[in-house]
Amino acid sequence: MDMYERKIGDVILALDNISLSFGAMKVLDDVSFDVRQGEIRSIIGPNGAGKSSMLNVINGFYHPQQGSITFRGEKRKEMDVHKAAASGIARTFQNIALFKGMSTLDNIMTGRNLKMKCNIFQQAWYWGKAQKEEIEHRQKVEEIIDFLEIQNIRKTPVGRLPYGFQKRVELGRALAAEPEILLLDEPMAGMNVEEKEDMSRFILDINDEFGTTIILIEHDMGVVMDLSDRVVVLDYGRQLADGSPDEVRSNQTVIDAYLGVSH
Amino acid sequence: MIYREAGVYKSTYRADHAIFTIPQDRWSMIGIFAIAFLLIPAVGSEYWLGAIMLPFLILALAALGLNILTGYCGQLSLGTGGFMATGAFSAYKLATAFPDVHILFVILGAGLIAAAVGILFGIPSLRIKGFYLAVATLASQFFLIWMFITFGWFTNYSASGVISAPPMTIIGDIFVTGPQATLVAKYLFTLSIVVVMALVAKNLVRSNIGREWMAVRDMDIAAEIIGIPMLSTKLKAFAVSSFFCGVAGALWAFLYTGSVSPLAFGVDRSFQVLFMIIIGGLGSVMGAFLGAAFIVLLPILLNNLPTMLGLNIKTDMISHMEYMIFGALIVFFLIVEPHGLARLWSLLKEKLRLWPFPH
Repeated sequence: MDMYERKIGDVILALDNISLSFGAMKVLDDVSFDVRQGEIRSIIGPNGAGKSSMLNVINGFYHPQQGSITFRGEKRKEMDVHKAAASGIARTFQNIALFKGMSTLDNIMTGRNLKMKCNIFQQAWYWGKAQKEEIEHRQKVEEIIDFLEIQNIRKTPVGRLPYGFQKRVELGRALAAEPEILLLDEPMAGMNVEEKEDMSRFILDINDEFGTTIILIEHDMGVVMDLSDRVVVLDYGRQLADGSPDEVRSNQTVIDAYLGVSH
Repeated sequence: MIYREAGVYKSTYRADHAIFTIPQDRWSMIGIFAIAFLLIPAVGSEYWLGAIMLPFLILALAALGLNILTGYCGQLSLGTGGFMATGAFSAYKLATAFPDVHILFVILGAGLIAAAVGILFGIPSLRIKGFYLAVATLASQFFLIWMFITFGWFTNYSASGVISAPPMTIIGDIFVTGPQATLVAKYLFTLSIVVVMALVAKNLVRSNIGREWMAVRDMDIAAEIIGIPMLSTKLKAFAVSSFFCGVAGALWAFLYTGSVSPLAFGVDRSFQVLFMIIIGGLGSVMGAFLGAAFIVLLPILLNNLPTMLGLNIKTDMISHMEYMIFGALIVFFLIVEPHGLARLWSLLKEKLRLWPFPH
């Protein structure tokens, strides 16, 4: 990390006093943290802590009952799924949510849907504007394919790919949107050590080369502590700690939450 | 070894985005066009052109329309017959209200009206999916047919409730509808429209809109999160699909049968077209053609096979057998190969790449 200058800027996304409940179930209880431009921010916590719900709040899939979200200086009560995508928030899913019937290439091309402007009549005619647009975006998508080293599976339907590759394609689809903030929900779940190393390398490279801000949920503590600039810890929807990896690691309530304490 | 993409080098993305990237495919397509446009009109008998090729082409067009909605966008519809009827009756109203308008514009207008009706009946698709949507589209099927039967305005108050196509020309005095029209003219006119529309369908499904449809089909939540608007994407599928079905309906009424009652577009027609895409291949342009060929040709084959084999089977038995074989084949395809004949075709191509070597 000290080898080069990290460019960490101002707060780009701030979550203030977010509370979310489903009926009597309180999923998030008064959670507040912020994300700075260009950093890798992790959310950790035991199963059911509300980590994925937090990502769903950020990209507008869940609407919190209380609290506010400030994204790029604009404060709002909740995000809207479409607007979040259009304003540069992309994500991957814990359980891979690829378009199974389509090829790797088409999946990643779909990630650029918001940038494609030709109308349905131009696409029906195809030749001319639509073809030009298609080829321009194909070039961009090929850069992502090169970056993720998945050239040989470009034309393979993603349903046939092994798990590790599917995770990679999903990351590619999110990258295709050229997001400002990338939400990664357990990108390394179920992977072996080599695959985890590859994925970690991709995450660091994305952050470094494209300057993308990353919000990461991950259970592998080694990975989290190595990659993150700052870590927020949730447990049963409450915020236990927020700080640098070292601070979090030495925090007694965090240790108790993970290891359990005798009362 | 026979069919291979080895040695086909594409150095531009333009070449890689072509419809047929392999020379064999391009040549066989040119061959098919030559047969369809030159050989069949030259040697085809009245029976072949009028009773086989015309219904095959028109039903393939309807199947293409349904395949866009169901195969690509994943919205199950049983309203195909209703949308075809909308096209047929719109064409009739347009042709009788504006007798000087060219038949191409009549057909285009009929398609656009069907598209508008499709959008209207597609609105519930935002809230309901799968079987529930199928039932909603079934309701639209019954409603539309009831409407065309009940209100005399649609048939210009004809006593029998049947509409007859007025004689119309494509150019000069070449009639494509009415008693003066020759079957060759009708066939070539229908074929040209079907070829153009198949190309449009292929262009749509290989462009952004096609990927958006497939994304909605495969994983709607993920599609929404990457920014695909649910309602407008689904409604576009309904509009395009109904446009295709509407044009098919107009061609059916004007060119194939010449006169038609709403009952020709009953729920049986909807199921017939649905079976075509199930057997032909969901989510495949070629599948629509293979399925239509299969469903149009199989009854003819079944009718003639016993006599060819010298077996003495009663005609009513043959028509019962037709239903049984259809039913069995649909169950077979749903279980064994949900992607239908089009998938079998691509499997065959994969095998031919290696043949005669095992691997």
